[in-house]
Amino acid sequence: MTMANFTVPTVSNTVASTEGLVEKITVQNLDFFYGDHRALKNINVSLYQGKVTAFIGPSGCGKSTLLRILNRMYDLYPNQRATGTVRLDNEDILSPSQDLNLLRAKVGMVFQKPTPFPMTIYENIAFGIRLYEKLPKSELDGRVQHALERAALWTEVKDKLGANGQSLSGGQQQRLCIARTVAVRPEVILFDEPCSALDPISTAKIEELIDELKEDYTIAIVTHNMQQAARVSDFTAFMYLGELVEYGETTKIFTAPNDRRTQDYITGRFG
Amino acid sequence: MAGPTTITPSTPIYAARRRKNFITMAVAYAATGFGLLWLALILIVLFWEGFSGLSLKVFTEMTPPPGSAGGLLNAIAGSLVMTFLAVIIGTPLGVLAGTYLAEYGRYDKLSTVVRFINDILLSAPSIVVGLFVYEIMVAQMGHFSGWAGAVALAVIVVPVVVRTTEDMLTLVPDTLREAAASIGLPRSKMIQKVAYRAARAGMITGVLLAVARISGETAPLLFTALNNQFWSTNLNAPVSSLPVVIFQFALSPYKDWQELAWTGALIITLAVLGLSIIARYLGGQSKKS
Amino acid sequence: MNEQHTAKAFDVDLQDLSRMVAEMGGLAEKQVADAVDALAKRDTTMAQRVTAADVSIDNLQREIEEKAVLTIARRQPMAVDLRAIVGALRLANDLERIGDLAKNIAKRVIALNAEFPPPKLIRGVEHMTDLVLEQLKAVLDAYAHRDDNKAMAVWRGDEEIDAVCTSVFRELLTYMMEDPRNITFCIHLMFCAKNIERMGDHATNIAETVHYIVDGRPITERRPKGDTEISALAGMSS
Repeated sequence: MTMANFTVPTVSNTVASTEGLVEKITVQNLDFFYGDHRALKNINVSLYQGKVTAFIGPSGCGKSTLLRILNRMYDLYPNQRATGTVRLDNEDILSPSQDLNLLRAKVGMVFQKPTPFPMTIYENIAFGIRLYEKLPKSELDGRVQHALERAALWTEVKDKLGANGQSLSGGQQQRLCIARTVAVRPEVILFDEPCSALDPISTAKIEELIDELKEDYTIAIVTHNMQQAARVSDFTAFMYLGELVEYGETTKIFTAPNDRRTQDYITGRFG
Repeated sequence: MAGPTTITPSTPIYAARRRKNFITMAVAYAATGFGLLWLALILIVLFWEGFSGLSLKVFTEMTPPPGSAGGLLNAIAGSLVMTFLAVIIGTPLGVLAGTYLAEYGRYDKLSTVVRFINDILLSAPSIVVGLFVYEIMVAQMGHFSGWAGAVALAVIVVPVVVRTTEDMLTLVPDTLREAAASIGLPRSKMIQKVAYRAARAGMITGVLLAVARISGETAPLLFTALNNQFWSTNLNAPVSSLPVVIFQFALSPYKDWQELAWTGALIITLAVLGLSIIARYLGGQSKKS
Repeated sequence: MNEQHTAKAFDVDLQDLSRMVAEMGGLAEKQVADAVDALAKRDTTMAQRVTAADVSIDNLQREIEEKAVLTIARRQPMAVDLRAIVGALRLANDLERIGDLAKNIAKRVIALNAEFPPPKLIRGVEHMTDLVLEQLKAVLDAYAHRDDNKAMAVWRGDEEIDAVCTSVFRELLTYMMEDPRNITFCIHLMFCAKNIERMGDHATNIAETVHYIVDGRPITERRPKGDTEISALAGMSS
């Protein structure tokens, strides 16, 4: 149409195209309470199979809370409850009959601070596998190697599998945790600010990893780093004061968000 | 006030603060010195009096009748056996209770009560413990016994182990628990395989500290195991122990017994010191990881 | 966006960019007016001045580019800020092209030297220029005030310029057929007309950019076209 055909990519593609995507997790009318405090208000959102969904928002907006509902991590603590429905493949995971251990084996989580178990690198991975499968040593070795390879850590640790997991560097520890999560063969992986304690190189490695992992897993990531959300995710949800303000394709959210609050937040005009 | 400050050492408010600081420091140093002085005196006297009697015979011969030569073998053996039994009985109880407090009952009302009672037990005079075990065991059985002594010591071990186990497990970060849960680990497995592992050094330290504590206890043993001048492996009978022997010999008018008492005191002190150092070392290691 | 950034320096960066673009716009407007003025008055001195002044527009474009790149590197702008910066780059690009086109007209004035067409022919070109300058002024105004409606009005208004251009072309064609000696300056004049028509296209681009900055969405309606014939004639403006 014009000679300056120089537009920011995909701005033209404004309508969130979720056609052909499979809803892996569907959150409907979700409320969450810490005691009497209502921390999440009527959340409705979907995570799509093979896609990365980022949750952004200022501290205390409820994004981590939401993530911790998806594997019912909040159940570890008293006085926390969720109402509404969260479906994982059409199964309501909030139902009291849900087996939490099986749920968490299906919905893995990587935390803000790297949390290797106080055992060897090998055991860190093998530990989770042995929980649900009884494998001969050779096969277990293969699974451990595969998990470490998926987490792009194998070449760095293959000669010291017997070393303590906590002797690795921060970035390596975080990849070890990702390997540990992958080893259990989950369907969904939740990342709770996985890079906030890491240096830029390690961060780039983790981001690269997320990009590779999304082929096989459904991924949700909570991050304070908006550029990171823009880089790694396909969909972005902006949360504010316990509400889901805007949800849509990442390219759209970061170039032309609909809601004024989203715009103010991502452009640094808050507060 | 804008701009850089103009405070110099002679500014009145600052000078006054420096003076106060100097005085407080001087008092603190003096108090430390005073405390250390007594400790040093005790150790010097102990070494002075005890070291001369230290010989192989002390570890190979029985406690002698007054006026003859002998050693402390039966007392050392008795102490070791009862301490060992007390740890065997007390540690599992303490660890389990501590685990309940830190892991399962962290938010329960009951655990607040348990914790409070445990703290009372922790600071209860040991003679009360002795009296209690005397009442429930010695009085019922009709005679003093090594078992009663071990039980009395175990009652002292339990609160120490409960406390350290709880403290050490509480120090294990919640993120590690969450990480364990996040791969579908049941809580019981998480505690055994992850939390205990992370808290191991601290928990062992707690047990060692409990051992150090009971190895010097006299009062509970006076009421329970009493004493035995001879070699005895029968735990249903009175059993000798170092603290009680020291108590008895030190108060006696006989010179040989008094010397043996000093030697026994030195042995206990060195053993406790050794345990404390090991406990410190392990504690330091757990902090590092 | 009336609210300020948490980082005040970011606001300053963005304001600087807008100011520089506005300054460049003013310069471009003046160049166009002067170039066509030189053509009408057969004033080669003025034409030479226009040619020489183009360099300051080029310099401003480079400054805007540098500033924009630096701001992107420093602030990682998002959403409306990102669009403002990308928009400034695009505007600078279009304004620089407008400057070039004005310079090209001035060069033709110099090349024509004494050989000048009758004023009646130039009047058509002047009329076009008035229309384009009006568009340019309106669109720069729309940019300064982030006024989407005004920008869209400019975007729709390009049709008229195209229509006038077509009629100027026809006139010139007739004139050339009447007397082959007219061909040289008529061709020059045709190119001048075409240049002015292109300026109008750039004004439309700028209108699109302003819409993009303000709204973030592409324009969905189809632009009315009045220049089908010229496109065929000159094979331009795809």
